[in-house]
Amino acid sequence: MVSTTAPAFVDIFSLVNLLLQFLDSFAFLVLAAVGLVVIFGMMGIINLAHGEFILVGAYATTLVAVAGAPFVVAVIIGTLVTAVFGILLERSILKYFYERPLDSMVATWAISIMMIQGTRIYFGNSITQASTPFGSISYGPYSYSAYRVSLAFVSLAVLAGIYLVFTRTEFGLKARATIQDADTARAMGVNTERIYVLTFGFGSALAGLTGALYAPTLSMSPEFGQNFLIEAFVAVVVGGASVVMGTSLAGILLGAISAFFSNVYSTFWGRIALLAAAIIAIRLMPYGITGVIEDFRDRRAAGMSVKEALRIPAIGVFLGFGGGKND
Amino acid sequence: MIERLKSALGALNGPNTYGNSRAFWVLFVVGVVGVFAYPMATGSYRAGQASLYLLYGFLALSLCFIWGYCGVLSFGQVAFFGLAGYTFGVVTLNFGAGATVPAALAGVVIATVVAAVLGYFMFYGGIRDVYVAIVTLAFTLVLYTFMAQTAGSEWAIGDARLGGFNGMPGIPNITVGGTALSGETFYYLVAVLLLVTYLGMRVLVNSRYGRVMVAVREDEDRAEMLGYNTKFVKFAVFTFGGLLAGISGMLYASWGNFIDPSVFALSFAALPIVWVSIGGRESLIGAIGATFFIERLSQELAATGSEWALVVIGALLLGVILLMPKGFVPMIDSYAKVGLRWLKKKRGKSEKEVPAVDGD
Repeated sequence: MVSTTAPAFVDIFSLVNLLLQFLDSFAFLVLAAVGLVVIFGMMGIINLAHGEFILVGAYATTLVAVAGAPFVVAVIIGTLVTAVFGILLERSILKYFYERPLDSMVATWAISIMMIQGTRIYFGNSITQASTPFGSISYGPYSYSAYRVSLAFVSLAVLAGIYLVFTRTEFGLKARATIQDADTARAMGVNTERIYVLTFGFGSALAGLTGALYAPTLSMSPEFGQNFLIEAFVAVVVGGASVVMGTSLAGILLGAISAFFSNVYSTFWGRIALLAAAIIAIRLMPYGITGVIEDFRDRRAAGMSVKEALRIPAIGVFLGFGGGKND
Repeated sequence: MIERLKSALGALNGPNTYGNSRAFWVLFVVGVVGVFAYPMATGSYRAGQASLYLLYGFLALSLCFIWGYCGVLSFGQVAFFGLAGYTFGVVTLNFGAGATVPAALAGVVIATVVAAVLGYFMFYGGIRDVYVAIVTLAFTLVLYTFMAQTAGSEWAIGDARLGGFNGMPGIPNITVGGTALSGETFYYLVAVLLLVTYLGMRVLVNSRYGRVMVAVREDEDRAEMLGYNTKFVKFAVFTFGGLLAGISGMLYASWGNFIDPSVFALSFAALPIVWVSIGGRESLIGAIGATFFIERLSQELAATGSEWALVVIGALLLGVILLMPKGFVPMIDSYAKVGLRWLKKKRGKSEKEVPAVDGD
């Protein structure tokens, strides 16, 4: 990652730099958040061990890659290992917490500290890192890791994949039915227990994939997963519970803000701007982008024109008069 | 006179607190005497060390109050804790040890005001349930990121450098009437404050306000239909929670003479939730007791130098949350009630009388 503290000059190179930084931020936000959002949006569990699921993917991938396997194979193995790990955890512990979302935070936090410390005991404070594929793109005075930029396209593919899984497969249909009304789904013959297991496994696999993809670019320590938490939670706050629409729009919005401020000021201001944006977003969109989209749909369904439905009384909302999904 | 005293004491008991029986109060007095006698048994140094558990009690109470009694899970109590600690540090490092009392007040005020602002944004913005947890967590992590990057010398307020990850050393002890409170004296200050706060909160949660809070927790929509301004209730409760967390944080900075961004880290943010869930989230005494127990245990485990300490703590938590969903105190309370009923029944049979119905 390149960060410049000098002000950006309006030339072609800095524009390219801004664009690449945007792609990098977008990919990081989306990939950090997807696993968390699938498990939260679909099952209502806030997985505080999300970072450690990412850690599992990263370690599995690194160990396989360093042992000599091609990187793509290592990524696939890392993803699968995390999925299996998630399913085992769901069957043994988390299935007792579906009716108790707040307790599940305590349980997953307990799992998180045990995993970080367990990793430290078993593997020590760091392990040998896999080498970064590709190389870097150079342009003018700047250069950027080609691999990090290519992750933007991977993240788009991941979003498309999630969309297809939830809209085009039988599993996706059943999963959405279970989320909307588990009792009715069960009455219609859906094995909801199995759906929960599979959804959790899917969310875990996504977290594992994130860990696998970032394994070559960040230092491998037991705190590896903690790198992703802030971006993941901010993306959930801004995006809301909808996996594809919410997360991708949040990724675009926050990625643009973060890239702009990082580029013009510094990485530090990029992060602060990201968080400030999240706080403002909370006030304007209590249920994230997802809530705004649902509001829009509701208004259209109530017979408003597109123009009317789009009109959000922003100042009124900001001062606390009406607006918001559940007001 | 005695009647008036009795009714004043009666305000301490009510449906919203566990432990309203005479047996409880006898045990409570024994416990309080134990806490106050502790420094005499162990000496000033150990008492100073133990003050940490007492001052964490405020942080636990703050979460217990808003989560247990009003149903709002906040991950952000440590944010108010940390802000109060940093404020105390900044003011005292600028104005010296003579300014510790105003600094303490400033810390608590800042924590309260920030909680009010965040609470206003959340509750008047219509955020509810699990979203409050996410928003408060994000807020805490914002502060973590911010404070972690303030290592440079440009990040200073007056003479106080924020210091990034290195933290802010050299914060003076809180000083009252020319005496710097440390060790034993600091312990007594915290113990008295905690005792008064606990009793005051018992009165509060058993009062009309407490009942409205519980109504909001049990069914927010219904409470609103009955004419209560539930947004204001949550806002007020959250603000008061910020005040309690602020007291805790201000005492923490004075206790350790140091504060660093780890107070905003996820690992610390989760601790109050752990204490309160284990003690029983609807029990004020449970929150305090669990805080003492868990912090003492993790201290002892850490002192053994074993790398397994954190794993043991995690496993313990997981076990408690699986086996005692409501927490320790409510579980003990329900066992005690079953036991009492059984005793009454037995006595009733032997006297050939209809057993009295236990009115809880």
